[in-house]
Amino acid sequence: MTAPVVVAAGLTLSGVTLRLGDGDSIVTALDAVDLRVRPGELVAVVGPSGAGKSSLLAVAGALTTPDEGSVVVDDVPIGTLGRAAQARFRRSRIGFVFQSGNLIPALTALDQLRLAVDIAGRGLGTRDPLELLAEVGMADKARRRPHELSGGERQRVGIARALMTSPTLLLVDEPTAALDRARSQEVVALLARETARSGVATVMVTHDHDVLHHCDRVVEMVDGRLSPQDT
Amino acid sequence: MFLAWRELRFARSRFVLMGGVVALIAVLVVLLSGLSTGLVNDGVSGLQRLPVTAFAFAGGTKTDSAFSRSVIDQSQVTAWRTRAGVADAAPFGNQLVNGKTGRGLPVDLALFGVEPDSFLAPTVASGAALGTTADGIVISPTLRAAGLAIGDVVTLDRIGTRLTVIGVLADQHTFGHVDVAYVPLRTWQQVHAGAGPGDAVRPEAYQEATAVALRAAPGRTIDLAAGDAAAGTTSMTRDASFAASPGYTAETSTLTLIQVFLYAISALVVGAFFTVWTIQRGHELAVMRAMGASTRYLLRDGLTQAFVVLVASTLVGLGIGVAGGGLLSGTSMPFALSAPAITLGGALLVVLGMIGAGAAVVRVTRIDPLVALGGQR
Ligand SMILES: Nc1ncnc2c1ncn2[C@@H]1O[C@H](COP(=O)(O)OP(=O)(O)OP(=O)(O)O)[C@@H](O)[C@H]1O
Ligand SMILES: [Mg+2]
Repeated sequence: MTAPVVVAAGLTLSGVTLRLGDGDSIVTALDAVDLRVRPGELVAVVGPSGAGKSSLLAVAGALTTPDEGSVVVDDVPIGTLGRAAQARFRRSRIGFVFQSGNLIPALTALDQLRLAVDIAGRGLGTRDPLELLAEVGMADKARRRPHELSGGERQRVGIARALMTSPTLLLVDEPTAALDRARSQEVVALLARETARSGVATVMVTHDHDVLHHCDRVVEMVDGRLSPQDT
Repeated sequence: MFLAWRELRFARSRFVLMGGVVALIAVLVVLLSGLSTGLVNDGVSGLQRLPVTAFAFAGGTKTDSAFSRSVIDQSQVTAWRTRAGVADAAPFGNQLVNGKTGRGLPVDLALFGVEPDSFLAPTVASGAALGTTADGIVISPTLRAAGLAIGDVVTLDRIGTRLTVIGVLADQHTFGHVDVAYVPLRTWQQVHAGAGPGDAVRPEAYQEATAVALRAAPGRTIDLAAGDAAAGTTSMTRDASFAASPGYTAETSTLTLIQVFLYAISALVVGAFFTVWTIQRGHELAVMRAMGASTRYLLRDGLTQAFVVLVASTLVGLGIGVAGGGLLSGTSMPFALSAPAITLGGALLVVLGMIGAGAAVVRVTRIDPLVALGGQR
């Protein structure tokens, strides 16, 4: 068996169009979007509310199938996979970091990371949860549950959880929405560092212009269209 | 299972509350099952212990009054004796009588009149066998509670017949909540004819009994309809004749109805709890969906929680029920614990609870992982 040659490692969106709603109220959430994110690259997506930023993450993360265009992650056209295959792809190759962490209330920080492994099934890329918690500066709070953590700490755990399975693609939705300035800087700096260290292709949606200097590239989304923006 | 256990521990107060309801229902299930078994024992244990396949009553007898109304005669016994598949046929007399003990205490007896040399003759645990004396009775051990012992005399009300206790049976024998006393058929026929000591008895009375007791030959069945046509009787299997015991049908059907309701309530409570619980977990389920959890993973997780809670609370409830029921068993309450009945009750609680929980937990299949994105939603 010959190893597949990865010609397009990372994320490649081409001509992606997504329409939401039905009948009279159809919204074109994504309008012929092209985006390429290489391994180890942190790309920020900014834009007004309702522009389609979350929709972009949903399509890139195989949560939704686009109406047109192709979504390719490490040579796998994930847009055309069935629902079960998409779920399988998500648990092994994609990491999500949600707004305010979205941690499971019943689990300690350490168990949040173990849960990711339990869902994915013990695989090759699985990392040592304690080591990873130490990497995001949470080793001393590994036994705490979400309600015993601050917003910034929850985000750190959320980032560690997303990295547990060594994903190819990391999708981050407004990680600093619930944080103050200093905490926001720390969290995005951590994302930038982890992106570079683990070679994951990262897309981060944010409203926060103060954190953009941590990113390799910034793109702006307006009315479902994507345009490059200078930092 | 990773999450299931941790959530059970984390939300234990909620699960303990729901489990408490199931445990209480399990207690009730044990008590009702004990009451059912007790009532069945009190109602028909005298019949259950007879080595009889079927009874042939007088032609046209209605079930609900069969033992009190039916009168058959010796010729019908003879007719049945020669039917195919019948190993034994013997006259059986059954009459409820009132009497007084030697100390003047009232006592009710279900007088079973049998020929002492027939297959119906009871085996005594202590004392002398039936037929040793003409007026000697062999009593159910439950009559000991009424103060009767071997050698005691029971005088029947109105007719004044004196019956002497000569033997005691091993197990409870009751019929329609009245303790059984076996008496030789000839004496039974005198009592049935209303003849006291020294009274003249009409000669036909010595031909009479309540029913023909039939025993099938091993491995054979008796053609009841054909036998009825030939002998002019109306017959029913022994189990069908239980319905002829006073109050039996009303008691057992009421208790069965209550138990059916309990099982339904339990399944609904569990279903309602897991519906609310699954809705509460909606957001975290969406997060796990986004993380790539399969439907099977989420279903297994939810059902594991339901199973653990159901089994644990049912066991606790059964334990409490059995302990409490043990206290009742010794009293005059018709109460008897039966292991198969309790096991069945517990299994039904768990199985029906799982169906209720399953109906609620399938919700996880409809959870949209997109919910996990979109911040404030
Ligand atoms: N389920 C849906 N049905 C119909 N329209 C939808 C649905 N979800 C989102 N939309 C619409 O699609 C467009 C893009 O939504 P999206 O959530 O991607 O915006 P966003 O850029 O993430 O906004 P925000 O910054 O407020 O999070 C919006 O106009 C929104 O109203
Ligand atoms: Mg959004």
